[in-house]
Amino acid sequence: MKIYVPLDSAAKALGADAVAAAIKAEAAKRGLEVTLIRNGSHGMIWLEPLVEIDTGTGRQGFGPVTVADVPALLDGKMASLGPVEEIPFFARQTRLTFARCGIIDPLDLADYEAHGGLAGLRRALAMSGPDIIKEVTDSGLRGRGGAGFPTGIKWNTVMEAEAVQKYIVCNADEGDSGTFADRMIMEGDPFTLIEGMAIAGIGVGATKGYVYLRSEYPDAINVMNQAVKLARQNRLLGADILGSGKAFDMEIRVGAGAYVCGEETSLLNSMEGKRGEVRFKPPLPALEGFMGRPTVVNNVISLATVPVIFEKGAAHYADFGLGRSKGTMPIQIAGNVKYGGLFETAFGMPLGELVNDVAGGTASGHPVRAVQVGGPLGAYMPPAKFDTPFAYEEFDGQEALIGHAGIVVFDDSVDMLQMARFAMEFCSVESCGKCTPCRIGSVRGVETIDRIARGDADAIPLLADLCDTMTDGSLCALGGFTPYPVMSALTHFPEDFATVKEAAE
Amino acid sequence: MQNPTPAIPDPEIQAVIDKDLHLEGPLLPILHGLQTTFGHIPDTAIALVAAALNITKAEVHGVMSFYHDFRQVPAGRHVLRICRAEACQAMGGKALADETLASLGLDWHGTTANGAVTIEPVYCLGLCACAPAAMVDDKVIGRVDKARMDTILQEAGA
Repeated sequence: MKIYVPLDSAAKALGADAVAAAIKAEAAKRGLEVTLIRNGSHGMIWLEPLVEIDTGTGRQGFGPVTVADVPALLDGKMASLGPVEEIPFFARQTRLTFARCGIIDPLDLADYEAHGGLAGLRRALAMSGPDIIKEVTDSGLRGRGGAGFPTGIKWNTVMEAEAVQKYIVCNADEGDSGTFADRMIMEGDPFTLIEGMAIAGIGVGATKGYVYLRSEYPDAINVMNQAVKLARQNRLLGADILGSGKAFDMEIRVGAGAYVCGEETSLLNSMEGKRGEVRFKPPLPALEGFMGRPTVVNNVISLATVPVIFEKGAAHYADFGLGRSKGTMPIQIAGNVKYGGLFETAFGMPLGELVNDVAGGTASGHPVRAVQVGGPLGAYMPPAKFDTPFAYEEFDGQEALIGHAGIVVFDDSVDMLQMARFAMEFCSVESCGKCTPCRIGSVRGVETIDRIARGDADAIPLLADLCDTMTDGSLCALGGFTPYPVMSALTHFPEDFATVKEAAE
Repeated sequence: MQNPTPAIPDPEIQAVIDKDLHLEGPLLPILHGLQTTFGHIPDTAIALVAAALNITKAEVHGVMSFYHDFRQVPAGRHVLRICRAEACQAMGGKALADETLASLGLDWHGTTANGAVTIEPVYCLGLCACAPAAMVDDKVIGRVDKARMDTILQEAGA
């Protein structure tokens, strides 16, 4: 009998380690022969710890499982969820990037290969650099970190640059609240990221890669370090990848708690051992990146999607999606939500369908009042905008962004003035200090919102003006996008910005 | 801090520095190494790091002080990080954090009088679908409510 208990941090945070230990102990007590596999998460966090049992007739899911449930679970007396892939939340997804996550043992290379792993890399190893770039370009893949820049164009710039050393840097500084896709794939299917980075390296002629992984993710750091070691032992990394004669190696670097290091140029400074201050662009990192050399900086999900593009072909990937947003997006639904988790689907699903239908509305049972999409720099969307299709241009048209595709749901207890204040406060705490609109503007923003809270309506136009200055004058997205949550809160929820004054009048 | 830290011999610090000198961009790995080994970045390490990397002491200090993770004085025996980010706020994270700090009579970054626990804010642990979230040392905890927080603090000896 095989029993699967996820090692994903969200599952662990809900007791998976204790459940795994209890299963082991109970099985030993009964003399049951059990193979315990620690898989990744399927992404249905409300069911975690989601345990699966395979007695030879396929995997049956159970969850959420507590330690107290374990005897009944092994007795076959616990109610089953059925096969995980038939649970509606899972069944309606299109899993390309996350196809293996939750299914395989993340650190079993044979299991990885049995589920389509390495097919993409083998294909890429037989291709020329320009053909690899063309495949990525044809897939329509755009940067999944938030900016949505076409990956193929970035790779082409690095490929064409002449240098003694080029680099692939994976941005795993996933600091946006409401996002956990990077963490989940690194914990649940780390080889896919390694494979994607190797393909990138072969394509652009880079032999060295780094993953800049945030220190807030100790479990992901641990899994990635083990995976890199295994990949090296199995010649998936090193001087002679899979006997091709081509070289690529990589290491994991740990961040140090600075949100701004998710911005690519400050990330590069941080990796070089400097303060994580933003750099001016140009020069582009593609030409002068890590150590001043040509560098591909891509998000985890962008790189982890590369293997499936090479396994199934660019056309297969590009067939999904909407307009210029091609392929699928792992959308993370979080906050005050009934069915929270990771939902990978083709671009284009309306926001309201994701929030009310897929995620079942709020956990509290109260009405949804606002959802923040795209992390702390993303706009707050009111239910009136729920028909917006989930895609890059469509959100842009609504003065919003999809960012790294996190959706945070709030019920009617939320105070939007406080959320706007928090956005400014967060910007002031995390500002790298390089540019004035961000460094000073965010502090003034907090003060101005406090004036509004005290009933000073004159401060409202001042806040709008300040936001304009931050948008136009900031060097990077931290100062430049903080106005999104602030102004969307002010525009769509003006009643929260007028209460004190109205009450006084 | 009322308890002065016993001085760490330079050769011990140097050994930690030397371990990572071969890396490209070794400063962050070195600072992490020092903090993991000694629980903080000792003052005496600044000059040694600067000499090893041929940069100024001011540069080392500038980098160290830029990042939230690095501390110049030791933390309590356990570090409790409570998430302050939006997804946790949507599930009552702010009230939970406020209550926890009030019950301990601490502000953010404060350490309990018995030296057991330091409370740090954190902006996102990636546990946004099981909010509010916290982390004790390297152990993650989801759906933290008052009862669970009391257990966490009790186990940590606060």
